[in-house]
Amino acid sequence: MANNNLGVKEQIQQNLQKRNKRLMEKAVPLLLFTAAFISVLTTIGIVLTLVFDTFQFFRKVPFWEFFTSTDLSPLGKDPSFGILPLINGTIISSLIAMCVAIPIGLTSAIYLSEYATDRVRKLVKPMMEVLAGIPTIVYGFFAYSFVTPILTYIIPDLGAKNVLSPGIVMGIMIIPLVASLSEDAMSSVPNSMREGALALGATRFEVTLKVIIPAAISGIIASFVLAVSRAIGETMIVTIASGSSKNFTFDITESMQTMTAYIVEFTSGDAGSGTVGYYSLYAVGFTLFFFTLIMNLIAQYISRKFREAY
Amino acid sequence: MKQNTDQMNRMKQRLLLNNLMKHSFLFLTLIALAVLVILIVQVFTQGIGWLDWNFLTSKLSLNPDRAGILGVIVGTILLMVVVGPVTMLLGICTAIYLEEYAKKGRVHSFIQTNISNLAGVPSVIFGLLGLTVFSRMFNLGSSIVAGGLTMSLLVLPIVVVASQEAIRAVPQFLREASYGMGATKWQTIRRIVLPASLPGILTGMILSLSRAIGETAPLVVLGIPVLIMPVPDSLMDDFTALPIQIYYWTLDAVLTAEYANLAAATIIVLLIVLFIMNSAAIFIRNKFQKRY
Repeated sequence: MANNNLGVKEQIQQNLQKRNKRLMEKAVPLLLFTAAFISVLTTIGIVLTLVFDTFQFFRKVPFWEFFTSTDLSPLGKDPSFGILPLINGTIISSLIAMCVAIPIGLTSAIYLSEYATDRVRKLVKPMMEVLAGIPTIVYGFFAYSFVTPILTYIIPDLGAKNVLSPGIVMGIMIIPLVASLSEDAMSSVPNSMREGALALGATRFEVTLKVIIPAAISGIIASFVLAVSRAIGETMIVTIASGSSKNFTFDITESMQTMTAYIVEFTSGDAGSGTVGYYSLYAVGFTLFFFTLIMNLIAQYISRKFREAY
Repeated sequence: MKQNTDQMNRMKQRLLLNNLMKHSFLFLTLIALAVLVILIVQVFTQGIGWLDWNFLTSKLSLNPDRAGILGVIVGTILLMVVVGPVTMLLGICTAIYLEEYAKKGRVHSFIQTNISNLAGVPSVIFGLLGLTVFSRMFNLGSSIVAGGLTMSLLVLPIVVVASQEAIRAVPQFLREASYGMGATKWQTIRRIVLPASLPGILTGMILSLSRAIGETAPLVVLGIPVLIMPVPDSLMDDFTALPIQIYYWTLDAVLTAEYANLAAATIIVLLIVLFIMNSAAIFIRNKFQKRY
């Protein structure tokens, strides 16, 4: 009835508005889906670029040689491409990082979740977040200009570029990751279990060791695996402080190159597009991507599969 | 009697061990924090003498005494001009789609898994993606646009996850009240859900920008050509940003020792910017976030 009071113009306008509204309701989800699909496109893009150029690389360098040769000299007269020195450097720097990050990260998590009073926790956790928020380039500078000179006092024949110092600093960088994920896992163990064990006369330490850690083990292990993945993918610290020696060695006082550092060195130099050296970037990148992806999937699997639900 | 003393001894041992472990846990926790303090003190003592008005307002130069980071700061700001809007648009749209429109099922969990996997991809790999797609295929070279788009994809998961949490925290009764008044779904999202979740979204946005400001590897992979760059005029210019300049100065400290001090001074600038941004994020979170 109300419509009868409106003029024809107004009625038409109202109808148009309604139609626009209906159109919006249909168009918006589509637009939003397109935006959401960009993230999927990113993944597809990453995989395609890596696979395509890696394929180009393996047309020129045999697959077998790439994964078994310990000789890497991409810019030599007779260039050879063996990825083993890079994998070796990556694994060794990550191992050193884990030796720092796992003990300190786990004990911090235990302290924060089981021992600390609320006041201490409110003080320590933001500081951990600050530690996590510092850009990796700053850690790289710190490793090169502070940690390496200090380590030289202890180990006199340490090179100016070595794998030990960035390994340690990388470990420090990863501590917050291990600490916060492990702490999440431990604090989600229900209080009733804690109190039950305490009531039976166990000390806090015994409760932690025999009740809390077994109950939270899936989360703790997952945090370790994620930490390894983080260490493998870390770039700037090792690029700055570990140098670019492509020797296959196990001596941690010497310079080693990781996969990430190789990519940075090669792109910031002049690798002409289309050369074997240029394609080797993508082969190394693909290997790196594969390593971290596997690690992340393992972490997801562990935390899903072995979760104890209370 | 003897059994009793044995038990007492054992009890004492257990309590002693507990105490010992408690203090060693505390000690190891403090080590991490001590390193943080050492790092900050070391960078500040090395760089603070070089940080003055001239350093902030003059152009890059090979001569360490005259070098300044005006162009670097402009480069970083222009980079954020690209990263900010692109990330915000994509991130919020993705989050709205996942939380409000997508039915819980294959598509939803596929996109969700995809985003969490993207968050775990090393940043150099994003650099390779940017190098291939933006620099070579779209012919953007190592311009600010190429760097900004690469960086946007890198920090996208942070914004999406933060926005999703913020949207999820908007209580269902607000939505139902809006529907009850006759509003459509999009009207409800635009006028009820988004305003209510804005503080959370903004916090995530600031955190992702602070990640983008400090990220080095993808930009280096894009191939910033030389050490001395002019101040960029437009978004299509080559550029250098704070972390890249720190990288090159640290590398060249082997040749000219003063470059290390310039790097330290630039780090101070970077850390101060990050500190301000994170404080803003915490402020927004505490001030505007409503609990229902």
